[in-house]
Amino acid sequence: MRILGLYNYWVFIVLMMVGFYILISRRNLVKKILGLNIFQTSVFIFYISMGKITGGTAPILMEGEGDVVYSNPLPHVLILTAIVVGVSTTAVALALVIRIMEAYGTIEGDEITAMDNRMPPP
Amino acid sequence: MTRHLPALLVVVPLMAAPVAAILKWGRAAWALALSVSWAVLAMAVLILRRVLAEGTISYALGGWAAPIGIEYRIDVVSAWVLVIVASVAAVVFPYARLSVAREVEPQRIPLLYSALLLCLTGLLGIAATGDVFNLFVFLEISSISAYALIATGPDRRALHAAFKYLIVGSVGATFIVIGIGMLYVMTGTLNMADLALRLPDVSSRTVSVAFAFLTVGISLKIALFPLHLWLPDAYTFAPSAVTAFLASTATKVAVYMMVRFLFTIFGPDFSLEVMAFQWVLMPLALIAILQASLTAIYQMNVKRLLAYSSVAQIGYMTLGISLASVTGLTASLLHLFNHAIIKGALFLAIGAVMYQVGSVRIEAMRGLGRRMPWTMAAFVLGGLSLIGVPATVGFISKWYLVLAAIEADLWIVAALVLVGSLMAVVYIWRVVEAAYFHEFVGEFEVKEAPLSLLIPTWVLVLANIYFGLDATLTAGIATQAAELLLGVG
Repeated sequence: MRILGLYNYWVFIVLMMVGFYILISRRNLVKKILGLNIFQTSVFIFYISMGKITGGTAPILMEGEGDVVYSNPLPHVLILTAIVVGVSTTAVALALVIRIMEAYGTIEGDEITAMDNRMPPP
Repeated sequence: MTRHLPALLVVVPLMAAPVAAILKWGRAAWALALSVSWAVLAMAVLILRRVLAEGTISYALGGWAAPIGIEYRIDVVSAWVLVIVASVAAVVFPYARLSVAREVEPQRIPLLYSALLLCLTGLLGIAATGDVFNLFVFLEISSISAYALIATGPDRRALHAAFKYLIVGSVGATFIVIGIGMLYVMTGTLNMADLALRLPDVSSRTVSVAFAFLTVGISLKIALFPLHLWLPDAYTFAPSAVTAFLASTATKVAVYMMVRFLFTIFGPDFSLEVMAFQWVLMPLALIAILQASLTAIYQMNVKRLLAYSSVAQIGYMTLGISLASVTGLTASLLHLFNHAIIKGALFLAIGAVMYQVGSVRIEAMRGLGRRMPWTMAAFVLGGLSLIGVPATVGFISKWYLVLAAIEADLWIVAALVLVGSLMAVVYIWRVVEAAYFHEFVGEFEVKEAPLSLLIPTWVLVLANIYFGLDATLTAGIATQAAELLLGVG
């Protein structure tokens, strides 16, 4: 039961590893960005899971209802910020990929490195 | 007014950044950035003076008190880092106008200043904040703008370098968020002072894992060996003024983050006794010093040479942390400032060569000692300081570092620090030899760099000598900061 109860956290670990593996193993720059996105998304799930309390409801103050259990809203708000950060990172990364495509004519990391090595040293 | 200084310090460059982006003329954006950088320096100095006189400043952002609201907490360590970042910005920004105009396409110049201001905001914010999640946000502000800044370099390889840095930097930042999340799960707070109070009671495996994520994430940002591979390309291909700014500030602020997490948040007891982190840090720092210095010797591009030398200097800073004594930490914090002005001076001098000659290869330096006497003299003095010759700041840092190693009975470490200095002699000498002992072979006549490049360079060179002769101010503050971090004195 303990393992099932930690289901969300297992998903977090699996997604983190999948994202990290794509990030390391793929040479295509867009695939690298996808890996980075999956890697960052896993952290969102981690934060969202840790704010959830069993039986807890949305943290809206209700008049006259004594003992209401609320989920912790803080991690959810935090992760909103982290999502914005993730979006901006992806935007900058994609913008760089567009400029790399214009400058090199390819987005395969291997080919770019090979072209870099053929250029006269800086 | 002065009560709000901690917030203004961060808000002023943040507000100026979008204004710089919409200005049409590069020159107007530059003037705005310049005035902001000088205002920031004035504020940082005021804050440092107040902290030294009255002790730690706590500022509740938006009037929300500490554990609920975001607190800006500025103690001697933060104020010291704020002054380092602000003074580097105040010297590099006046230099940037000509250098950037030569190396960057005109339509991108206002955006470059906007990104520089954002980067400055992030770096100042990291040092000012007392909230770990806020620290992550500022870290990302400074990192994302740094990726954009590097990509503005004149060579297309700048784009590839920026992309590689983006991937590595984002992984590091994500590791840091995971670590912060785990700390929050265990303690229910994000405030640094609060975390420090509650963490000793909850020692569990989660805290150890958080420690691992945070230290690896921050090490990526520091460019600690073996996580430094993004740094040489990024520094080589970025525009000269950007390289000078990032080399003197970004890694320094990351070292500050490491110090903050190790000593303030986790506390020396946990970091050093339970996790024994100094025995991980010390070998890596020593390898960084030796391996990066050796690589620097074989570089043909002076910017790349200085970049590898930066990796080695980061080794000295982390070595000071790993010695975990007041003297060691003093050496480390002192070297934050000293290395900022050493590398700042060297990169600015090389930027002036780039401006006049159009290349920073060692062959291109031949005979420049006669053609550009002031620029090359600045490079030589900066180089002497990097080596650690007496009467320069480099000597002061090395002196404290060797002293700390001897205090800890680690004679071999002290010896290796000296070996690192000797290797610095070799790589600096290669540039000096080309500049002074070869005939000039260029196709066109080369003249001395314009004054607006020379003056900032020489301000830093003179600072190297001034603080090398009279280190009472800098060493005093660094010692006070080290004592605060270790909880003694």
